[in-house]
Amino acid sequence: MVSEEILKELALTLSEYDLIIEKLGREPNELELGLFGALWSEHCGYKHTKKLLRTIKSKSKYTLTEAGEENAGAINIGDNKAIVMKIESHNHPSAVEPYEGAATGVGGIVRDIFAMGARPIALLNSLRFSDLSNDRNMQIAKGVVQGISGYGNCLGIPNIGGECYFDESYENNPLVNAMCVGLVEADSILSAKAESPGDLLIIIGSETGRDGIHGASGLASQNFEETIELRSAVQVGNPFLEKLLIEACLEISQLDELVGMQDCGAAGITSAAIEMAERSNLGLRIDVSKVPVREKGMTPYEIMLSESQERMLIAVRNNEYKNIFNTLEKWDLKCEIIGEFIEGNDVEIYNQKEFLSKTPIKILTSPPEYDLNIISTGYAPNKKKITINKSYSSFNGNMIKDFTQRIFESDNIVSKKSIYNKYDHHVQTNTVVEPGSDASVLRIKNTDKMLAFSCDGNSRLCGVDPKLGAEINIAEACRNISVMGATPIGLTDGLNFGDPTKPKGAYELIETFNGFNHACEIFDTPIISGNASLFNQGHTSSINPTPIIGAMGIMNKNTNIPSKGFIVPGHKIGILAKNLWGTDLGLSGSEFQRIFDKELSGEISIDLEFEKVIQESIRKLIAENLIKSAHDISLGGFMTALVLSCEKNKLGAEIEKVVPENWAGALFGEDQSRIIFSYDVKNKNKISKILNKIHWSEIGTVTKKNIKFKNILIESDPMFLSYNKGFSRDI
Amino acid sequence: MKIGIVVFPGTWSESDTFYATKDILGFQTEYIWHKDQKLNNLDLVVLPGGFSYGDYLRTGAIASFSPIMEDVIKFANNGGPVIGICNGFQILCESKLLPGILIRNKNLSFICEWSNLLVNNQSKFTDEYQNKEVIKIPISHGEGNYQADRYTIDQLEDENRIIFRYCSNDGTVNEINNPNGSINNIAGITNKAGNVLGMMPHPEKASEKLIGGDDGLTIFKSIMKKVSDG
Repeated sequence: MVSEEILKELALTLSEYDLIIEKLGREPNELELGLFGALWSEHCGYKHTKKLLRTIKSKSKYTLTEAGEENAGAINIGDNKAIVMKIESHNHPSAVEPYEGAATGVGGIVRDIFAMGARPIALLNSLRFSDLSNDRNMQIAKGVVQGISGYGNCLGIPNIGGECYFDESYENNPLVNAMCVGLVEADSILSAKAESPGDLLIIIGSETGRDGIHGASGLASQNFEETIELRSAVQVGNPFLEKLLIEACLEISQLDELVGMQDCGAAGITSAAIEMAERSNLGLRIDVSKVPVREKGMTPYEIMLSESQERMLIAVRNNEYKNIFNTLEKWDLKCEIIGEFIEGNDVEIYNQKEFLSKTPIKILTSPPEYDLNIISTGYAPNKKKITINKSYSSFNGNMIKDFTQRIFESDNIVSKKSIYNKYDHHVQTNTVVEPGSDASVLRIKNTDKMLAFSCDGNSRLCGVDPKLGAEINIAEACRNISVMGATPIGLTDGLNFGDPTKPKGAYELIETFNGFNHACEIFDTPIISGNASLFNQGHTSSINPTPIIGAMGIMNKNTNIPSKGFIVPGHKIGILAKNLWGTDLGLSGSEFQRIFDKELSGEISIDLEFEKVIQESIRKLIAENLIKSAHDISLGGFMTALVLSCEKNKLGAEIEKVVPENWAGALFGEDQSRIIFSYDVKNKNKISKILNKIHWSEIGTVTKKNIKFKNILIESDPMFLSYNKGFSRDI
Repeated sequence: MKIGIVVFPGTWSESDTFYATKDILGFQTEYIWHKDQKLNNLDLVVLPGGFSYGDYLRTGAIASFSPIMEDVIKFANNGGPVIGICNGFQILCESKLLPGILIRNKNLSFICEWSNLLVNNQSKFTDEYQNKEVIKIPISHGEGNYQADRYTIDQLEDENRIIFRYCSNDGTVNEINNPNGSINNIAGITNKAGNVLGMMPHPEKASEKLIGGDDGLTIFKSIMKKVSDG
């Protein structure tokens, strides 16, 4: 009988262990227990999310893959070209060892993309840290950014955007979500499977070392109090080797004798090889003695479970490996035949002639699926009503000026330039809109298309209400794409949540999926791939539910993409919104509430049908080339969006409105479905015609300097200054 | 007329350069694998940017010993035009085709941004520019801080071999407009004979208005015109 301690190390429960015995009809040996620990981990097995994931909208007329079937999801963009994309998290490794954790997060997601035969054309990332005034948080933030920079820049893939957000909920538990986008000929997407018995299983790239053992089961799937101890479970990256792998793998992907490719990620060879066999409906025989190792004396257990980076597995038609080996040799890459796909449904593991294990693949890849509805039964979310401070409900000019300035000193609002300037965003020469806008834009060479990408998510709103927050995150992702003039056609998600075995965590997940499903139907945007990182909690409490959305939109190459900011004085300023000043609820979960009231409470709302209409409207205005700038009103509310629109070209604005008595909600509330734009007055009639019947109004004029309302003037220079000064401490 | 772009393991700007010289400018262009022994009838050799050999040991150090470099050095010493961009510049310094060295940026971080360059048009690579023209070309490097001993710097200045300097929008060369700490704001230099150019900014990334500007193309146009004029 196995000890509880061992089970804990593998993140298996006693009842899961009993289930293994029941299914196998015997006790697993030590190696097999390791396999189960890895494959039944949350990270590989999606025990708590699989049921929900099956409910998600993952298909549209553009999708080319079945969700969860391949390393990433693929979307057809026409001209026989497809986009492959996915988000992956590396939260726990980054908490333990920020530089390598973040670096290898980039490495892992890039391998998922080229495993499908796609050339990686963009990286984005969403980063969450706690307050920079704390030295440990500072060290984490700095390490993560340097890690992404150090690894990503080596690869020749532009890092075109994302977000960086600070909230104390991420204390001891930073989030590092990396997104990669690839481009591939639609008819030659590689699959991660073998074709027939006799196909060879070959490992390429790095030698297998003792690093990262129990990464999937330990780091990624447990509450990680005391996980600083788990530093040896974090892998060390070699971006140079990754670059060689990209080029070599894309070269061999053109060869007919290559039948499948798979990234060796979490749970190493175990997960990669066994999942390949499962997808192929074949059995598999592996000889661990054939795996090139870094040091002598590694046990079969260590070899099977190592998470050494920069390794790929390929399936090759029997005896036809000569060209493939020649190509790999050209790139100085090691490769070795380590096994063979066989008839049947078992994985057989040998160490030379010594038989170690024979286990049905189906059992290994079918962990229990927990029903979150049962776990969350009886959970009643603690909905705190928003308390509006009295001083916010009578007009107070000095307070408005003071608070506006302080908003522009928030690390969440200031320019993120000091981060994205550490990442190459020009390489591959496709970057039409660089990081720093609502979305970034790439042109696709040899086509008439451009694609817009964004990667972010508001977690405070999800903390207030996970369902509406999830809807808002998808709406905002699509809005970011739409204000560039592109039509959103595909999403990928990074789910970062707390403990799903607790009622609260389970509830948040269920509600998030409810929100996703509603929003995806309305916007007709499938979620084509994604990643779930659960058990995110520091030493005190769990993080706010943080569903990150990576979005892609498509537009014609001749689109006149509006600027993020105003262009010249004299242009008119318009707003698309139901109410310019939003509603009373706008402060709920807002940045204003975080900074000044230091709490998270209230009610949020979104009208998705209206959201859809304003997004279609803004795209129409852009397609007709009627507007010069467009910017989504989100974090920091109307005031922040207005100042940022001015900041771009150091201009001002005169708004022909009186700031109302409830100035805080009006200026800083974060009500959804609002877009600020500017235009030449001569286009006003055409704009009115297109926006006929839709809520919009002309609210003012672009000026040379300062923000002027009818009842208050706010100097713009100090805000521009603190915006451009950047973070409170130099990341 | 043919341009050759050398590809080392870890190079990543070869296809951007190819796109600029072949697809945009229409010059015949080919890749040269670093393990090749001979250059094949070329009129211009480009050592492109990237992280050759992971920049292990020192940037450009291992690449300078690649088999093809022997012939590149011979080609350069016979007056053949060579451009080293970013990592290529570092390789040229390691190969002693250019003096000096590129060390860590003064802020110790990688920098990617559009830089303004003040052009000296007294070279084969720049004579299609106006003299003292300010052009915009992106930089993307962690180790672009050009340093050399005083004697070498004086020589570069005296012989008018500093071809590009980091500057402001209006061409002011000063400390504020020096992104990486390079001595005298040096962004690009030539060898004594004027046939080898090393520069940290990436002209191949400034190849089309759609992606932010096409100021970089003139370098390739200038040198290829010189070649065709003989």
